[in-house]
Amino acid sequence: MNFLDQIWLIPLFPLCGAALMLLFGKFLDPQPPSAVAIAPGVEHTHDDHDADHHHHGHTHDHAHEHVTGHDHGHHGGGLKTLVSLLCPGMVLLSFIWSAGAVFQLANSPEHSHQVIQFTWLAGMPFHMADGRLAIFSADWGFLLDPLSSVMILVVTGIGFLIHVYSTGYMAHDNGFYRFFGYLNLFVFFMLMLVLANNYALLFVGWEGVGLCSYLLIGFYFHKKSAGDAGKKAFVVNRVGDAGFILGMLLMFSVLGTVKFVDVNQILRSGHFTAETAGFGTLSAMALLLFIGATGKSAQFPLYVWLPDAMEGPTPVSALIHAATMVTAGVYMVARSSALFQLTPQTSTIVAVVGAFTAILAASIALVQNDIKRVLAYSTVSQLGYMFLALGVGAYWVAVFHLFTHAFFKALLFLGSGSVIHAVGGEQDMRRMGALKDKIPITHWTMFVASLAIAGIPGLAGFFSKDEILWQAYSSKQGSNALYGIGLLTAGLTAFYMWRLMYMTFYGKSRVAPEVEAHIHESPASMTVPLTALAIGSVLVGWLGTPKLWGFTGWFHGFEQWLEPSFASAAVEAAKEGAHDASTEWILMAVSVAFAVIGIFIARFCYHLRPEIPGAIEARCGPVHRTLSNKWYVDELYDFLFVNGFAKGGGTVLGAFDRNVIDGGVNGAGWLTRFSSLVSIWWDTWIVDGTVRLTSLIVKLSSYPVRIVQTGRVQAYALFVVVGALAFFGYYLAR
Amino acid sequence: MMDALFFYFFAALVLGGAIFTVTRRNAVHSAISLIVSLIGVAGLYLLQQAEFLFAVQIVLYVGGIMVLFLFVIMLVNLDQAAKQRQFNRQWWIALVCVAAVGVEIAYFVRKGAGSFHVPQAPPGPVAATAAAGNTEQIATMLFSQYLLPFEIASVLLLVAVVGSVVMAKKRI
Amino acid sequence: MGPVTTTHYVALSAALLLIGTIGVLTRRNIVIVLMSIELILNAVNINLIAFSHSFGDVNGQIFAIFVITDAVAEAAVGLGILIALFRNKETVLADEVDLLKW
Repeated sequence: MNFLDQIWLIPLFPLCGAALMLLFGKFLDPQPPSAVAIAPGVEHTHDDHDADHHHHGHTHDHAHEHVTGHDHGHHGGGLKTLVSLLCPGMVLLSFIWSAGAVFQLANSPEHSHQVIQFTWLAGMPFHMADGRLAIFSADWGFLLDPLSSVMILVVTGIGFLIHVYSTGYMAHDNGFYRFFGYLNLFVFFMLMLVLANNYALLFVGWEGVGLCSYLLIGFYFHKKSAGDAGKKAFVVNRVGDAGFILGMLLMFSVLGTVKFVDVNQILRSGHFTAETAGFGTLSAMALLLFIGATGKSAQFPLYVWLPDAMEGPTPVSALIHAATMVTAGVYMVARSSALFQLTPQTSTIVAVVGAFTAILAASIALVQNDIKRVLAYSTVSQLGYMFLALGVGAYWVAVFHLFTHAFFKALLFLGSGSVIHAVGGEQDMRRMGALKDKIPITHWTMFVASLAIAGIPGLAGFFSKDEILWQAYSSKQGSNALYGIGLLTAGLTAFYMWRLMYMTFYGKSRVAPEVEAHIHESPASMTVPLTALAIGSVLVGWLGTPKLWGFTGWFHGFEQWLEPSFASAAVEAAKEGAHDASTEWILMAVSVAFAVIGIFIARFCYHLRPEIPGAIEARCGPVHRTLSNKWYVDELYDFLFVNGFAKGGGTVLGAFDRNVIDGGVNGAGWLTRFSSLVSIWWDTWIVDGTVRLTSLIVKLSSYPVRIVQTGRVQAYALFVVVGALAFFGYYLAR
Repeated sequence: MMDALFFYFFAALVLGGAIFTVTRRNAVHSAISLIVSLIGVAGLYLLQQAEFLFAVQIVLYVGGIMVLFLFVIMLVNLDQAAKQRQFNRQWWIALVCVAAVGVEIAYFVRKGAGSFHVPQAPPGPVAATAAAGNTEQIATMLFSQYLLPFEIASVLLLVAVVGSVVMAKKRI
Repeated sequence: MGPVTTTHYVALSAALLLIGTIGVLTRRNIVIVLMSIELILNAVNINLIAFSHSFGDVNGQIFAIFVITDAVAEAAVGLGILIALFRNKETVLADEVDLLKW
């Protein structure tokens, strides 16, 4: 079968799964909806608010099950199994189809295949910036080229592993079907994003993953903090989306089209010159698109939603906030590589923002105590690395780091989920410790992942991170300062990751006593994906070994594979400047040294001499507090935007409502009363007046006639005489 | 000459009586003045050689009507009325109008004074009837030519009788 | 003063008429008013008799008889009305009988 021509099936499978779940899931899910949805395996004594009220009767049963060793995964019966098979199965189908399509793509001559389903936005002619006539249209089309092929494999592959993990992790939760529905929906939107052949359809997926992120972060909707985190993610994302839309419209105006193929063709044709001199239209366009990427990929200043997003279930954090959604920004910038190549100013901004974010997040991660928060800030930091790579022109390196990061970061999140599951919902590392013998699989897989992220040679993270650092140093766009920041961040990364490892798995057990008895390894549905990802973390790095090492063929597979997407040859040629091999070896050694030093400092502080961190904290109180409070960025945003907009807007809108709207209503009321007054006046004086006037006229005119009737006979007699007088007078006058 | 004297005498009676009738406060005085005036009128009738009417005037008018008036004055208690204002409020308008009428009548009389002269031709019928006597003349005319008006007049008197009885009764 | 002609009688009659009219119009006491009416009727009678004598015609006197008859009837009825009025309203003043006022 022709996988390539039917690539529309790839997003369709998870869409079907999502539709089935969300439309019919109510009937499939045996668990009553009235029960509170809480984190799995949570002891009700630990939980604060409503759980206790609702589940008091249930507490006993649950505790019993913990003691007897409940069986995961068979809670709820066959229907739950159906859901567990259906949704991951859909993603597996997508993965298989994607693999097939990529294989066929690799065999096809031009390594790029476009399938257009139908015209989505009908064309409307408009005038471009330079006066030419263009059509405002976008079609529902899919583009499979090397870049999107990498993305679909990552999304569907790691997505599938995470789905399998979730069947075990979410087994105790209510809303099982809802979770999988949302997760499948997310996979659908992410695939739409990466398979789109134009910016507009990409934006559909962009918005869709934002929506699913909100739904999944706020999955435990009974908790206020979860709902708030979901809202925060959505709103901060929206800020970025505004930039994206503006950039897209500017692209329409300047280039007349938003189809990737056409845009790249126009930009690389030489029609536009590189804007090295100043900040021009293309730079503005690139900057706006980058602002969109900033929101989606959690860079400074729009990164604040990602740590809060840890309110969602751990598989969500793994899939969305480590492997896939947050990489959408990286993907989009990589897709626009032709544009960024022409705008060195914006590229510099990208690199600087990436580097700054990397070190900022790493500094905050140093002092976090929630295991998931550390990983969240680590994600932000690693994304900063990717943008640094994009900024200095090393596009394939950024995508490579995205690829390797997906493996070990997903692994770290899933592993932390396993740890949390084992200690009964505890997320604070200060109440963990000495777990390595109790949950060995989790421990060893996380061990591998931590080495990888630290950048130990041989594992995946080393190859990608090292390449980034080398590019930051040596590329035309790079600089020593950027390299320095990257290097320092690498050291910090190693330190905080191994701090996490030592605090969680080694040392003395600081676990609460009632939890200690129940620590157990996760079920197979959870450990198998961990193992698979660990293997990946070890092996995939070898696809992008440095040229220095002299391997050929598959060992440079990644760069070669992505070459058609980026016209990498030109980039490579521009970059291979005046730096020779020895510099590169030295820098490689320095970065490895930084990583190892970081690991050993962590070992010293948290394993050998656990009292040192407390002492440092006491000595550098203000510094520690600043880092611990995340550099007070959230507070600043609260003050500026939330309170400013909310209260100021509230005041303004309140005033508007009172004066204009209520004024209008009151005015209408006043007008009614006034018009009624006019009506009354009219009725009283004009209408009644006319009637009374006629009667008055009659009265006045009748008065002289009336007073003749005196009732006295002699008066009448007088009239007779007067009449006779007149009668005689007439004859007299004649 | 004696004619004129008698005329002026009776005229003075008439007018004097009339003026006193109209101006007296006491109703009985008015009635007596009227009687005087009516007697004067009777005298004038006699001067004009209307003997029957002279008799009728005295008997009917003075002896009947004035007696009736006097009875009514006695029946109706006029003591209170005598203390009241005698002339009503319209007296001066009335005076003016009547004066005007008087002026007009005077003018007419003046203008037409000459036409009262009747040619002396028909003394014949007068002579013929004069021989019959005034009463016979009246009787002849009354019962032949004026029979119907005579009967109607009697009906009228009947009506007047019935009417005045009805008016004056306490209960109908 | 010349011989007494019909004119004198006419003038006398007119004067009596005027006096009677004044009495009718001016006096408040109804009895006096009725008496004034008698004066007017007598004035008319004088006129009739004067002209009857002047023309030598007896028709005038017959007319005067009828006038006297009417005067009698009218005086009787009028006085009856006066008595009825006095019984009801306790007044003989014409001014006070104005029930038919507007």
